Amino acid sequence: MSRSIQPPALDRDVAAPVQPEHGPEQGPVGPAPLPARAPVRGRSRRRRWNPARIGIYVFLLGAAAFFLLPLYVMVVTSLKPMIEIRQGGILALPHAWTFEPWRQAWSGVCTGAACEGIRGGFRNSVWITVPSTLLAIAIGAVNGYALSFWRPRGANLLFGILLAGAFVPVQVMIYPLVRVMALAGIFGSLPAIVLVHLVFGMPVMTLLFRNYYAGVPHELFQAARIDGGGFWRIFLQVMLPMSLPIVVVAAIMQVTGVWNDYILGLVFAGRDNLPMTVELNNVINTTTGTRQYNVNMAATILTALLPLALYFFSGRWFVRGIAAGAVKG
Amino acid sequence: MKAARLAARLAPHTALLPMALTAIVAYLGAAAWTLYISMTGSRTFPSGRFIGLAQYGRLFDNERWMLSLHNLAVYGVLFVAACLAIGFLLAVFIDQRVRGEGVFRTIFLYPYAMSFVATGLVWQWLLTPGDGIDGVVRGLGFPGFSFDWIVRQDMVIYTVVIATVWQASGLVMALMLAGLRGVDPDIWKAARLDGIPPWRVYARIVLPMLWPTIATVLLLLSTAVVKLYDAVVAMTQGGPGTASEVPTKFIMDHLFLRSNVGLASAGAVVLLVPVLALLAPYAYARARKEAA
Repeated sequence: MSRSIQPPALDRDVAAPVQPEHGPEQGPVGPAPLPARAPVRGRSRRRRWNPARIGIYVFLLGAAAFFLLPLYVMVVTSLKPMIEIRQGGILALPHAWTFEPWRQAWSGVCTGAACEGIRGGFRNSVWITVPSTLLAIAIGAVNGYALSFWRPRGANLLFGILLAGAFVPVQVMIYPLVRVMALAGIFGSLPAIVLVHLVFGMPVMTLLFRNYYAGVPHELFQAARIDGGGFWRIFLQVMLPMSLPIVVVAAIMQVTGVWNDYILGLVFAGRDNLPMTVELNNVINTTTGTRQYNVNMAATILTALLPLALYFFSGRWFVRGIAAGAVKG
Repeated sequence: MKAARLAARLAPHTALLPMALTAIVAYLGAAAWTLYISMTGSRTFPSGRFIGLAQYGRLFDNERWMLSLHNLAVYGVLFVAACLAIGFLLAVFIDQRVRGEGVFRTIFLYPYAMSFVATGLVWQWLLTPGDGIDGVVRGLGFPGFSFDWIVRQDMVIYTVVIATVWQASGLVMALMLAGLRGVDPDIWKAARLDGIPPWRVYARIVLPMLWPTIATVLLLLSTAVVKLYDAVVAMTQGGPGTASEVPTKFIMDHLFLRSNVGLASAGAVVLLVPVLALLAPYAYARARKEAA
């Protein structure tokens, strides 16, 4: 599972070392995220508007329109009364703007037996995501640190198994995990779903930190050892303070991954902790009666809002995480 | 004192305990248990009644399973090919030093931040016959136009391709673009001196140079194919009928709705085969690198 990595010089967007020069087992880490084009690349004449360049822009704008279409349709649909939707024109702007679908989606729509909107799912998702992210980062950081600097025997083999596991469909492991959790008496509870997220988030978290620490000069670690630092002290006082960039990347990845999860929440969370994605799917696919497309789309936007906001505001950090943690998904 | 020193020496091992438990118990152990269950006659609960490979025989006699494999094959080929082609084209066009590069990149990648559930639900609405985008085409003066693939048994799987390609091709674009940016500028200079048209440089020189990126992308896309579940559940629930059934959904239904744990486990083990086959070359390359 390795690919050649771009030279570290390309890595400008997130400070500090992240990419090792080469990696025997980066997993499918993508390269550093999209460095700016080197200033000279042969074709140095001034760009002029010729048919070829117009063609390039036409293609890119057309593609952009295709990619933006669903977002646009989601937003305008959520702001129209149903009567306008029935009259057709999925692309038309609303005549009579209304926020009623949003209110309905948040606090009125039926998510099964109860009709209290998807705010309950939102709350559950927050409760699941916060501990799943904090603990996953802590474990990933310790793993990456131990793998990069201490290298106990057999650790690399374990890491190989862990990485391979990231590619396996969860269906292969899900039933035994259900039985074990039922036996332990935690199946269908908040601790169960958090634990499962830790288990399935660990490959990416460990990979991120391991590669990050691989870029830290080994001399630094040896100096700390000579000064008498032990395992935990070096971690807490030397490594952790310089890990902020990768902690941010890891947090973005894990929050997005946990928030967007459907299958684990469906199986492990239990009826009282169903995450927002599961409730959203219940709203749209299991309720009977006429479909309230505007409410459905408002609920969909509400569910996608957090990861989208993370993406649009954190920009390059998100891209770096995607590139390095693309194992997931 | 002695105990403290021992604890210090074992600190790295202790620290890696969660990882060891995850790898050995939650991954290997669970997979091994699934393999074992698949050779028993388990219905609602695991049973110790060993029946060898009989579940696998049943599985491959099951029409729904065979249909789900067929769907997965069709879906997989189209999804991987379309993502690669669109992702590569987008990367190449963005690489032409266009204005607003950052805006284009942001637009092409944002669907990847959305969940499969949200993706499936949006496209379900867009492709709803009558009210969806086909209504727009009718409004443009083609009253007979209709795009009803999502309710047609023979076409529904292609709508899943459309939705998931929309979601994932931005990722391919991002990885490919980073690969393109790693190409030595001298190659472009030399090609220009020799008067080779850029498209030929891309096709004959740059594309072959990108093979590590392409290998990564292929691994990511093809394992995503095997994992396909949420998008189908949200978009079509496997329907109409069972027309868009996929193996992961077959397994989930038999585990939790149809109380046929043995059969479901056999299906899960079968899914493991392509994943291991995809990972093998990478593990091999890695082992060789370490030996060197």
